[in-house]
Amino acid sequence: MIHQTSFVAVAIFAAFVLGVLALSFWLGRKGQSASGYYAAHGQIHWFVNGIAFAGDYLSAASFLGICGMIAFSGYDGFLYSIGFLAGWIVALFVIAEPIKALGKFTFADALDSRFNSRGIKLAVAISTLVVSVFYLIPQMVGAGSLIKPLLGLPHEAGVILVGVTVTLIVVTAGMVSTTWVQFIKGSLLVFFCGVLTVLILGRGLAVNAGRSGDENLSPQVKTVKPDGTVLVDGVPQSKDHDLRPVGTIRRLPERFGDAQSTGPLGPLAYLSALEDSTIVTWSGKKHVDADGSHTTYSPVEKRGSDLLKPGGYFKGLTTGKLADRLDFASLMLALFCGTASLPHILIRYYTVKDAAAARKSTVVGIAAIGVFYVLTLFLGLGAMTSGGLDPTDTNMAAPLLAKSFSDTLFAVISAIAFTTVLGTVSGLIMAGSGAVAHDLVENVFGVQMNDHEKIRVGKLAAVGLGIVAMALGILFRNFNVSFLVGWAFNIAASANLPALVMLLFWPRTTRQGIIAAVTVGMMASLAWILLSADTFEKVYGLPREMALTPFSQPGLVTIPLGFLVLVVVSLLTPPPTALPTSRR
Amino acid sequence: MASDHDPRQSGDGTAASPVGLALFWVYVALYGGFMALVLVRPDLLSLRPFGGVNLAIVSGMGLIAAAFGLAVVYMILRAGR
Repeated sequence: MIHQTSFVAVAIFAAFVLGVLALSFWLGRKGQSASGYYAAHGQIHWFVNGIAFAGDYLSAASFLGICGMIAFSGYDGFLYSIGFLAGWIVALFVIAEPIKALGKFTFADALDSRFNSRGIKLAVAISTLVVSVFYLIPQMVGAGSLIKPLLGLPHEAGVILVGVTVTLIVVTAGMVSTTWVQFIKGSLLVFFCGVLTVLILGRGLAVNAGRSGDENLSPQVKTVKPDGTVLVDGVPQSKDHDLRPVGTIRRLPERFGDAQSTGPLGPLAYLSALEDSTIVTWSGKKHVDADGSHTTYSPVEKRGSDLLKPGGYFKGLTTGKLADRLDFASLMLALFCGTASLPHILIRYYTVKDAAAARKSTVVGIAAIGVFYVLTLFLGLGAMTSGGLDPTDTNMAAPLLAKSFSDTLFAVISAIAFTTVLGTVSGLIMAGSGAVAHDLVENVFGVQMNDHEKIRVGKLAAVGLGIVAMALGILFRNFNVSFLVGWAFNIAASANLPALVMLLFWPRTTRQGIIAAVTVGMMASLAWILLSADTFEKVYGLPREMALTPFSQPGLVTIPLGFLVLVVVSLLTPPPTALPTSRR
Repeated sequence: MASDHDPRQSGDGTAASPVGLALFWVYVALYGGFMALVLVRPDLLSLRPFGGVNLAIVSGMGLIAAAFGLAVVYMILRAGR
């Protein structure tokens, strides 16, 4: 769909970006040490760090992806919310305090704390970069999705704008500016999602919302010709001839009689009324021929009770196909195990002063993130019935929900969504920059650097990662961001969690065991993803049947494989000897 | 073969606390139970035992609330450490 650009949207967006950049330059005006650049001197207050956790973690996948998935597929998007939050239990109860005690700047510091091994640093640095890059892709795709309706610019412009802004944030003041950007973003995101939810409940449910009559239920066809021309129902797309916005309620529950609107509802009454309503949802089917690609968007009337149970997106839950069920189980395992294995989350533990602060900041993070994920259900369902969905772009559901209330709210929510991307991407680039400068250049290649040089190399690495992120954001533009982020969780959980958990709980863990577990976990999960049906279909454009793996999500196989490899290799190699305290 | 260090006994803050591990297993049971239900008997989640809201939503919200509740319990039990 072609979206109108508004001056208010441009002004709010510009104010957000300029404000964030001004803050970064202000924080970066003082001279820096490596400890300041990579870990904010370990002086961030636990409450600020807790909200910054939310700002770091609540990515484009959480905000744009989950809302879009709920809006188009119902309850299954909420399963992502449940899985994403559950992962914080691992972080709080198992990882938080030990990782603070073991590490200094990077995740590799923690895994290598008892061994002083170049091999561990190399393996973990590579795994950090791979996970960060896979996590960067959905963030950049989200940025590209937002820029079109917000500023009327192409997808590529959004990706480049985020890439440049984030690189500037990171190179100005490193972890200090990254922390404050994440704190502001986390606060704004939770607050404005709360505001949106209040508005949704205040509006209640209405038949054919946003329309004067019944929704036009004839299918819509979008054609992209080989020369790039876009047709809608056979006529060139323009502002006057475009796809119709979709997503309405057809019938309210009988208890509302002939009323066309429920009026304001409480949270439980809203969910209950939606369950008893009939809703029109739209899905697209694509086929390609010599005339280009043709996507037909068709409406389906569904009962609310069917949309509010599992199986709308994860079809295997209702069809009973074993491979599909294993795919789902694998994803949920990866979400549970992946959070505490994400390098950009783990390095936040180095920004507070001690283990108690690490613990308290995690609890604050869980509170903020938990509230947000509860709100995603209302945001997604509100978008589903708002009458304003773009059938071509699931990632736009939340901003377009805001637009159904007012253009100003749309501008604010889009700007916050954009800041959401900035906060998470800056954390990822910080993690990658530390892996390159601190782990690879300094510790693996043995380049002796003073503080100033360490920071300079870190900043150069940040610029390089920013460029990589921009290129990938353009390449993967047509993916749902929640789907993409599932890959990052799988790789992180497979490569990092077995080594970290076994280091903490099994004294027989050896240096070789950790290197093998990280390497095998990373390579196996990567290979599995590249050979999976989802990748064959959505990346290579090949039939799903050609895929070489039985299901797409690798975690169910590759996480246990990481543990197994670590145990076997550790038992086959000499037991570890303690390092002198000074080297820990 | 015994090693010369045991991180669980180190007392240097590099080990997870027993209280934390107990609470972790409580949550694993809740999360695992919910996922087992989704995988094996998703039809049960359509039941509406509480005020017209189905079990899928109630249990999902409950898992999120349980995570926060356990986190608060942990913070209280570990206060001052």
